Amino acid sequence: MKCIHGVYSLGMSISHTLLGLLEAGPSHGYDLKRAFDNHFGHDRPLHYGQVYSTMSRLLKNGLVEVEGTESGGGPERKRYAITDAGITDVGDWLSRAEKPEPYLQSVLYTKVVLALLTGRDAAALLDVQRSEHLRLMRELTRRKMGGDLADQLICDHALFHLEADLRWLELTAARLDRLASEVRS
Amino acid sequence: MSQNAPTAPTTPSGAAPLLVASGLHKTYGATPALAGADFAIASGEVVAVMGPSGSGKSTLLHCLAGIVPPDGGTVSYAGRDLAGLSDAGRSALRRGDFGFVFQFGQLVPELTCEENVALPLRLTGVGRKEAGARAAEWLGRLEVDDVRHHRPGQISGGQGQRVAVARALVNNPRVLFADEPTGALDSLNGERVMELLVSAARDTGAAVVLVTHESRVAAYSDREVVVRDGRARDMAGAL
Amino acid sequence: MSERSATSLATWARELALGARFAVTGGPGLTRTALTAFGVGLGVVVLLLAASVPTMLSAREDRGDDRNPDPVLETAIEDTPAAQTFQALSGSTEYHGEEIGGWVVQPHGGAATEAEPPPGLDAFPAPGEMAVSPALARLLESDEGALLAERLDHPVGDTIGDEGLQGPGDLYYYLGSDTLDGDTLDGEALDGDAIDGDASSAYVFGDMTMGSPSLPAPLILLIVVICVVLLMPIAVFVATAVRFGGERRDQRLAALRLVGADIDMTRRVAAGETLVGAVAGLLLGGAAFLLLRAWLGTVTVWGFSAFSHDIVPALPLAALILVGVPVAAVVVSLLALRGIAIEPLGVVRDATERRRRLVWRLVPGALGVVLLAPMLGGSFDGGSTGGQVQAAVGVVLLLVAATVLLPWVVERVVARLRGGPVSWQLATRRLQLSSGAAARTVSGITVAVAGATALYMLFMGVSDEETEATGQDPDRAQIEISESTEGGMTAVELSGELEGLPGVAEALAWETTSALPTDARPVDGITPSAQVLMGDCSVLRELARIERCADGDVFVPPGEGDPWELAVEPGQQLILGVDSEGVPYGEAPVPWTLPEDALVVEPRTDPGGYVNVGVLATPGALDEEHMAGGWTRAMVRTEGDDPDTLEHVRNVAWGEHRDAWVFELESQRVSDELADVQRALLIGATGVMAVITASMIVSMLEQLRERRRLLSALVAFGTRRRTLSASLLWQTAVPVVLGLGLAAIVGTGLGALLMSMVDLPIGGWLAFLPMAAVGAGMIATVTLVSLPLLWHLMRPDGLRTE
Repeated sequence: MKCIHGVYSLGMSISHTLLGLLEAGPSHGYDLKRAFDNHFGHDRPLHYGQVYSTMSRLLKNGLVEVEGTESGGGPERKRYAITDAGITDVGDWLSRAEKPEPYLQSVLYTKVVLALLTGRDAAALLDVQRSEHLRLMRELTRRKMGGDLADQLICDHALFHLEADLRWLELTAARLDRLASEVRS
Repeated sequence: MSQNAPTAPTTPSGAAPLLVASGLHKTYGATPALAGADFAIASGEVVAVMGPSGSGKSTLLHCLAGIVPPDGGTVSYAGRDLAGLSDAGRSALRRGDFGFVFQFGQLVPELTCEENVALPLRLTGVGRKEAGARAAEWLGRLEVDDVRHHRPGQISGGQGQRVAVARALVNNPRVLFADEPTGALDSLNGERVMELLVSAARDTGAAVVLVTHESRVAAYSDREVVVRDGRARDMAGAL
Repeated sequence: MSERSATSLATWARELALGARFAVTGGPGLTRTALTAFGVGLGVVVLLLAASVPTMLSAREDRGDDRNPDPVLETAIEDTPAAQTFQALSGSTEYHGEEIGGWVVQPHGGAATEAEPPPGLDAFPAPGEMAVSPALARLLESDEGALLAERLDHPVGDTIGDEGLQGPGDLYYYLGSDTLDGDTLDGEALDGDAIDGDASSAYVFGDMTMGSPSLPAPLILLIVVICVVLLMPIAVFVATAVRFGGERRDQRLAALRLVGADIDMTRRVAAGETLVGAVAGLLLGGAAFLLLRAWLGTVTVWGFSAFSHDIVPALPLAALILVGVPVAAVVVSLLALRGIAIEPLGVVRDATERRRRLVWRLVPGALGVVLLAPMLGGSFDGGSTGGQVQAAVGVVLLLVAATVLLPWVVERVVARLRGGPVSWQLATRRLQLSSGAAARTVSGITVAVAGATALYMLFMGVSDEETEATGQDPDRAQIEISESTEGGMTAVELSGELEGLPGVAEALAWETTSALPTDARPVDGITPSAQVLMGDCSVLRELARIERCADGDVFVPPGEGDPWELAVEPGQQLILGVDSEGVPYGEAPVPWTLPEDALVVEPRTDPGGYVNVGVLATPGALDEEHMAGGWTRAMVRTEGDDPDTLEHVRNVAWGEHRDAWVFELESQRVSDELADVQRALLIGATGVMAVITASMIVSMLEQLRERRRLLSALVAFGTRRRTLSASLLWQTAVPVVLGLGLAAIVGTGLGALLMSMVDLPIGGWLAFLPMAAVGAGMIATVTLVSLPLLWHLMRPDGLRTE
């Protein structure tokens, strides 16, 4: 039985994050990168190329549209805006619980910040995520109660990590008010 | 988990609810503790009540158990409205049908562990001998029969909580209320107490209302209810 | 805390001061200190008052001695110049139940006398003028004293100063005179014992101390026991007061341990804390004593009043209180710390509770019995200080035995209690865990009740002894007057005067004298004589069963053949107006022949309780001269119960003589002092019980507050109010009942010992019952007062996390 899952890769959520940032208002690709780095990219800033390729994919999928192009010094002067389909996509993503795996903080944090930026209910987001975590924890607890010592130890490891995530989540939820004022400043 | 369309009041599992609360309001002084909380639990269910401290978790438990009368809303147990019962009636209900485990400070320091466990039975009029025998049996089930004749001051916190669980279950309650039952224990002891508590409750078919802020403890439940700002949100429906 | 070589004075002071700061900083600390101060203060007041009693009594006694005229001894009278002596006649009377002391004084040297004037006066009052005490002056001027003013109808001159009075409420006077004549002054007119023959006419003030007569041994023993019995519970109470709020204090000390204080340091902090309470109590008590002293100077209780300046604690006793109380307080609080270990994380009660040993607890009782035993069988010597001390110490030891035995008894009995309903189980288990504390709370009651029981037995014994059936019949008449016929009124005059008074329905008066046979011979040193009584028919009917009576008739009720009674027969020759030696009262013996037709009749007890045998004669059968030197008696029947009627009668009897006896008739006579002592005892014991009840309530409330979480949990799982209330009741009742039981046994035993010591018949085995009833009242009070808090704590709010 395997309780520990592979390390989650961040890439999956960049498109949702950029979409979420656009929901706050139309923006240039460069400004999007700066906003992303500002809020989420402290240890890993986004390459301009990642922004460019992500925006192309989003354009192709009809989730964003080009609102206008400006002439000037930079290589890319397109001004992107989110479409209705994009807004729905962000909403779905935000309200969908992440698969409860260890080292989820950055995704959850991103989601919380975006929820705040877009005026959505961040507390509800946390409750949903906790519920998902608990579902896995219940499963692990059940396995543990029926398993041998090795199973118990392995499951406990996973349980403690999941619990740590949830604790952090609780803490974040408790500090949402302060976070909101910081994020909007 | 069953996806039956819920018809209020019912539990997400679809079973007929044993204990139902709807629209509970309770204010302490100027502080609202509950502001329209709903809750339902069926026999044999273990429901975790979670939420940040001060959210009204314990108040919800007190209202459900008929310890505190709510300012508004109703609580009904097995189809009976608790508000329709006298104080004596509610006390009798708590003696006969409910069991309680708290974080600490619940054992009578002068009585031995066995006498503490026998206390609820004695209160319902069971003879001393029989009460003692049943208490001893429960202490055995909770693996603390070695401290039967010790007083609470002479045993560890983990043992004390097990004694408390034994006391809560000794009268075969239909609902067990546990308010942070592992709050004062370390992980190992806490886990053992939870395992014993849940499996004992499963054996007797008691419903368990488990107030906790620890997710590892909540993981012993079947589902969780989150209390936030005085409202209870049943997360089973949110998924 | 590594190098704490020698604890310097400075650290000591610092730690004591730290404790002191705890004692006065806010909330619980301050409450605890206030409680301790109050308790200690109460004790100090009582102790200071008790310490003042000896000074107060001796001051009173000294002044009482000084103002009694001392007769000049026969041997010294030749050498004493007349200018230094005076004549005196007692003028004491009674008014509305109050004693009024007084003397008629007449210096032999007249106005130029060199005799020491009465204490409190600069000079002898002028003839016909009165010097009075301030209280008497007030009484005479008031409406209430109108009838007394009629009796003491003399102009008032000087006021007697404090040095001539026993207390501010003292009613006393001196009346100046120039009509006293040594010859008219005989032993009868004055308090007989002190006077001997002619020397009685020469008196001086303050020359010698007569030494007041020693009280009877039972009374001294009573007083000794009363002091012990009332003071012991106070000592116990002070010890309890020091422990008020101890548990919270222990938690505070534990917090100190957490930040690094060692055990000795916590002891010193605790001592400092207690010291503040004790010293505050001392100050409080001192202040209260001063206030009380001033107030006591203004009241008169049972005819007893004392000057504020007499209420001064005896110096050694005051010093003992001043030093002893704080020291005892600190010692007690340190002793209380002995059984527990204050650890950084909380207070650990001595887990391996030592079972109490019986042996050494029996020592004080045994010692007490050893001390009292030699005095058994009536050999207590009230006059010797040694005897008093031995008795007091013995009594103290026996009472201490009760308090020392109590924890053992409570422990053993409570340990055996099991079974019963839940409330009983909760209570008995609680007691088993802390039987020491329970015993401590009730030890005060045990002492008080044991002492009071012993006292009550002794007291009932004494009062049985002192109460006599008088044989008087207050239904037939309520007042009796007896006066010497000579110089007084005849029966006819007296009854005439009395019947004119308001409130008097009827007054029957008669005269008596004694008769000897003409050939009187002493038999075994006694000359038998017969009483001859003269009254009209209505009087004689009250004194014998007489069917027909007319003036001139004579009746002979026979006596029972007592050797000193002369059996008279009709026709016998008698001599009237002589004393038992045959010496005539008048100029010469008056012979009289008992008429032949005198009827033998059956005597009847008169309202005064006398059986008049001998001769009953109507006035027609005798002349006034036959009755010379006899007594005139009158029985007065009153209408209504106006107390002034008695005073009117006294005024009539007062006349010029001041020596007529006026009694109220009563079927039983209890010594007045005893009645007062009984009342004082009851008030004192009730006060002590009230104080102990208060301390029990405080500790009960404290205990309840500590258990609020547990109480809420018990309520949560459905414990009935009734169950918890009942458990509270048991918890109070069990130790109190045990304490009362022990007290009844010790008290009854002690009572029997004491009665044997003063040779009273041992009895009154049920004397503990009234005190036991008071104990039951205490249980009820403590429970009732604690219930509201219990119910309050049982509210579900208690479950909310703080």
